[in-house]
Amino acid sequence: MPPFAFLVRTTREERMVRLLHNRTFHGFMFSAPLLALFGAFVIYPMAFGIYYALDRDSYRALFGDPTFRQTVWNTIWYVGVAVNVKLFLALLLSGILDYPYRWIRVLSALFLIPWAIPALPGILSFRWMLNSQWGIFNHLLTKFGLPSVPWLARHDTALGAIIVFHIWKYLPFWTIIFLAGRRAIPHELYEAAAIDGAQPVQNFRFVTFPLLRNLYLICTLLSMVFTLGDFTVPWLLAGGAPGDSTHVLATLAYRYTFHMGRLEWGMATFAVALPVTLFFIFLLLRWVKI
Amino acid sequence: MSASGHQRNRFLVQAGLSGLAVLILAWTLFPVYYMVLLSLTPTNDLFRPGLYIDNPTLKSYIYTMGQDNPFVRYFWRQLGTSLIVAIWTMATVMVIASLGSFAMARIHFRFRRFVSGLTLFTYIIPASFLSIPFFKMMADYDLLDTKLALVLAMVTFASPYALWVLSDYARTLPPEIEEAGAIDGAGALTTFFYLYLPLILPPLIAIGTYAFLYAWNEYLYALLLLTGEHNIPIPVAMGNFLTTDNAPWNLLMAVSTVYAIPPVILYYCFKRYLVSGLVSGAVVGT
Repeated sequence: MPPFAFLVRTTREERMVRLLHNRTFHGFMFSAPLLALFGAFVIYPMAFGIYYALDRDSYRALFGDPTFRQTVWNTIWYVGVAVNVKLFLALLLSGILDYPYRWIRVLSALFLIPWAIPALPGILSFRWMLNSQWGIFNHLLTKFGLPSVPWLARHDTALGAIIVFHIWKYLPFWTIIFLAGRRAIPHELYEAAAIDGAQPVQNFRFVTFPLLRNLYLICTLLSMVFTLGDFTVPWLLAGGAPGDSTHVLATLAYRYTFHMGRLEWGMATFAVALPVTLFFIFLLLRWVKI
Repeated sequence: MSASGHQRNRFLVQAGLSGLAVLILAWTLFPVYYMVLLSLTPTNDLFRPGLYIDNPTLKSYIYTMGQDNPFVRYFWRQLGTSLIVAIWTMATVMVIASLGSFAMARIHFRFRRFVSGLTLFTYIIPASFLSIPFFKMMADYDLLDTKLALVLAMVTFASPYALWVLSDYARTLPPEIEEAGAIDGAGALTTFFYLYLPLILPPLIAIGTYAFLYAWNEYLYALLLLTGEHNIPIPVAMGNFLTTDNAPWNLLMAVSTVYAIPPVILYYCFKRYLVSGLVSGAVVGT
């Protein structure tokens, strides 16, 4: 297009033709369904939720509620412990699954099962195993002469069960991510390290870990945000029991909204976690290229 | 190091790995084994826990299939609801993501960063954070208890990842596509349908599978948006089992097993694609 082209008077047809060849126009047309979807079902509900969450009385009520304070601690424990233990184990396991033996491939295929089946069947299976009267765990404990434990009827063991289930279910997924990360490391680096006489531990310290560090950080942030909003696992495994002591943010918001009819408290519960979430998202948007 | 030393080392590594492998397998498979075991347990033996059962029976499956128990009265209908929602989600996500990926990967338009930022934002923000406003919104539009409401929610939350995987793949295609289209005087739509779509077919099928599974596995939104025994999808029905004290656990586990089989099959068929998107995004992004 020549300079000052905009000064030249154009006909209607010319403008139409130019529009049809305009890249910005094309870009918008092809992403229109996407933009409409996110506008209607992400931005709008979000604005709506924030509007409800602006009511200061809700926060006074929330922070006066001992269940809420307990819930914040539970969530911090759940996110902090479950995510970090899981990712550390995933990093170690990805090293095992990286060995080039054939039976390791069979192992890694079987290892994927918890990730492949939906969360619900797994939760139900855990729940019955942990049943205090007829569960397999207490059966085995009593068989070895140990006292049985009311797993899901005690705050600490119930929260522990939620964490263990989370690790069981999501460990395979992150292991595969780290495995792919390991395989993206150029082999020459290990060859060079071998020439320098590096042992496995040194390989990990000086080659693998420095190159996986960013991936590990991104995965930690992503997994923390996902887990922060988890509803299904805590709700179906413990349902807040015993005595509403094992709620996390999402299950408590559900309880406030649908069992107590306090919509604005439910919204405020999520709003409390929003600053942390947005900070994590901000970090991720800077690090991850899409 | 001598040759025999090397061999001994290799043997030690293998032995150590095998030990770990047994541990990993026990940890991984035991809950699944226990689920299947319970589904085969006769009701009389349900309260005698053990690592194996003496009289396995298929009765629970037969009751489930025949809807021959109050708990599974609407089994087929609920399974159908799950299936319909999953198929509609799959189809819609495939359309939206293929169009969007064409824009993201092949058109260098001005506000692309904005669109990709919004997509990533939707991917990362936990779906549950939006659940209550979403519920309220659907109530206002009188869409509660319709499959449409659940499909809309599922499409919204499955689209970002689908778009990510597709755009990632589409960026690796050669620039000749548009050039070939331009020489033939094809417009953007023609290029999209005749040149672009056939090329992205493999990952498109994979993200369709992903969207299907996302909807099939969803619990929270299904719980919020659909109520009533003949309206709910299968996972909500399973969750409702838990509200009664005398839930028939062998029946519940039979339903669980049936519900878990389609995802397992699909995951193993499309495993490679289902992971690649996130990995390449993260690995390349660093």
